[in-house]
Amino acid sequence: MGRTLYDKVFDAHVVREVAPGQYQLAVDLHLVNEVSSPQAFEDLGERGLTVAHPERTFACADHSISTGGDVTRFDDAMCEAQVRLLGENARAHGLTYFDPMKGLHGIIHVVAPEQGLTQPGMVIACGDSHTSTHGAFGTIAFGIGTSQVRDVLATQSLIMERLKVRRIVVEGTLAPGVFAKDVALHVIHLLGAKGGLGHAHEFCGSAIEGFSMEERMTLCNMAVEGGARCGYVNPDRVTLDYLRGRPYAPADAAADRWLAVASDPDAEWDDSVTIRAEEIRPMVTWGTSPDQSVPVDRPVPDPASAGAEAGGWRDALEFMGAEPGQPVLGTAIDTAFIGSCTNGRLSDLEAVADYLRRTPGRVAHGVRAMIVPGSRSVREAVIERGLDRLFAERGFELRDAGCSLCCGMNADKLVGEQVCASSSNRNFRGRQGSPTGRTYLMSPVMVAAAALAGRITDARGEDA
Amino acid sequence: MTEPIKIIRGRGLPLPGDDIDTDQIIESRYLKMTTFRGMEAHVFESLRHRARRAGGAPHPFDAPQHKGASILLVGRNFGCGSSREHAPQALYRFGIRAIVGQSFGEIFAGNCLAIGLPCVSVSPEDGECLHTLSRADPGAELTLDIREGGITARGLCIPFDLPEGRRHRLLDGSWDSLAMLLAVRHSIRERLAALPSVGRS
Repeated sequence: MGRTLYDKVFDAHVVREVAPGQYQLAVDLHLVNEVSSPQAFEDLGERGLTVAHPERTFACADHSISTGGDVTRFDDAMCEAQVRLLGENARAHGLTYFDPMKGLHGIIHVVAPEQGLTQPGMVIACGDSHTSTHGAFGTIAFGIGTSQVRDVLATQSLIMERLKVRRIVVEGTLAPGVFAKDVALHVIHLLGAKGGLGHAHEFCGSAIEGFSMEERMTLCNMAVEGGARCGYVNPDRVTLDYLRGRPYAPADAAADRWLAVASDPDAEWDDSVTIRAEEIRPMVTWGTSPDQSVPVDRPVPDPASAGAEAGGWRDALEFMGAEPGQPVLGTAIDTAFIGSCTNGRLSDLEAVADYLRRTPGRVAHGVRAMIVPGSRSVREAVIERGLDRLFAERGFELRDAGCSLCCGMNADKLVGEQVCASSSNRNFRGRQGSPTGRTYLMSPVMVAAAALAGRITDARGEDA
Repeated sequence: MTEPIKIIRGRGLPLPGDDIDTDQIIESRYLKMTTFRGMEAHVFESLRHRARRAGGAPHPFDAPQHKGASILLVGRNFGCGSSREHAPQALYRFGIRAIVGQSFGEIFAGNCLAIGLPCVSVSPEDGECLHTLSRADPGAELTLDIREGGITARGLCIPFDLPEGRRHRLLDGSWDSLAMLLAVRHSIRERLAALPSVGRS
């Protein structure tokens, strides 16, 4: 009987079973950020331990970095202390550090793939839940907490339970104006924010095979918002083409080994869900959980129809200041945010640029529209293509790379009850830095459309 | 090895609602702190602040009748979202020693186990029963028996689910995993040697 990618990669990394169903797994690649690592390094020091495999450990500051354009100027003293500490720990332990002072920074989930560090068949851990992004390359990649960051630093291994595998098959072709982000939001809506608990999600089918690596990263990035610890796409020619020539990618000799980790056709999955790509429409969230979403042209649903979720829906509507039955279209916004590890890659910003070329007008009066590239190299590519001028002419502010308004740890925050159209991944209460701020998740092009109109609008136009 | 965790006794702290994410438990601005010390002061900060301003019933974490309660009663998908260990650290340092709910965010549950804070699952009916009991009788003592997989309180006897491996690690004190991982350094090196190296090509 064939095996899934998940089982192949998991089995190849088992050191031993430490307790029933609990396995010590070797970790190929450990990515370290400034937020979840300080206490881990401190604990290591207190125990007199060092980093076991610095050659497999890569550090990058992303959450607390300023996106104001001068990385030497921090937004506050705590941000500065945290980023400096990461640099000191990286130096002390001999880790590779994508130093912001050398312009190497960006969101770790954008930087590692750009560098060719993320390779098929790997187990990748990082103290950040959106580590699931790296599954786009056919890896088992998942977020861990600080205690496990310490474990991986000290031993290059950690304890994991084996997950079930659900295959999510997306067949067909996406309609114009529908993006990978909409597929992610659609899947989460369909299965619920808890739907993936206990599972790894394998994304496959003709629509996914037709996706670029960047689209696959968007999809896997949000696997965790559907409750799955990780998501992945089987490696194929698209994966090989992406990796070729990147700094850390080996030569093509690895191709056969990489392709061999894909799920076998006769593998058995614990569950399978099939979706028609044509049925997916541009999605917008209306609540405070990523599964609370509707196609943009549909009204906010009535909690009366929500069964056991009714209480949660009512609370979410109250928080968002919305009424059941009210259209999502037309919701006025204060802020538009294009960026994050979900949608801060070059193709996302190019899609926004395409939209702006097709659509007249400037950012609406009173709206702040921020474009935050996922990495410094994305920013440089944007400038090289002249998109910075287009963005500026149309009233968008192109900032430096970082997590920015997705998590509200630097100065990029909502204020009061500001409303944000956001290409990020979480619409949780308080997520964007204001305890009462309101987040509507959508694709980058839909955010751009909302920025121009000053309200949530259908980027496909009137006749959609 | 850390201490085995076999029995947890305490009063219930009922916290209503599903999908309570780790951003709500501890907000991102406290992720800039480079120590977990003092994290408990900020647990559920905005929600507690909001309840105080509204002037109605206090947030359960501020309710005088629940002061000192150590068994947190929650709903479904508690601790979803961000992997921040700051959330379980804040709860633990606040005094929480076990969490009982229908389901948990997976990274959160793993982070809790790593600091010796068990997350156990009960059926919706039993969960409601515990919430009702602790609301009506905040002084009622709950006893979680990790060995038997049950909660007893005021004549109630409720079974809970806890994956076998996690139960095992709580009972033998290997929930703090580092010592166990370090014990087989040689095997890790062997396993890693069989995997492709990482380096500039």
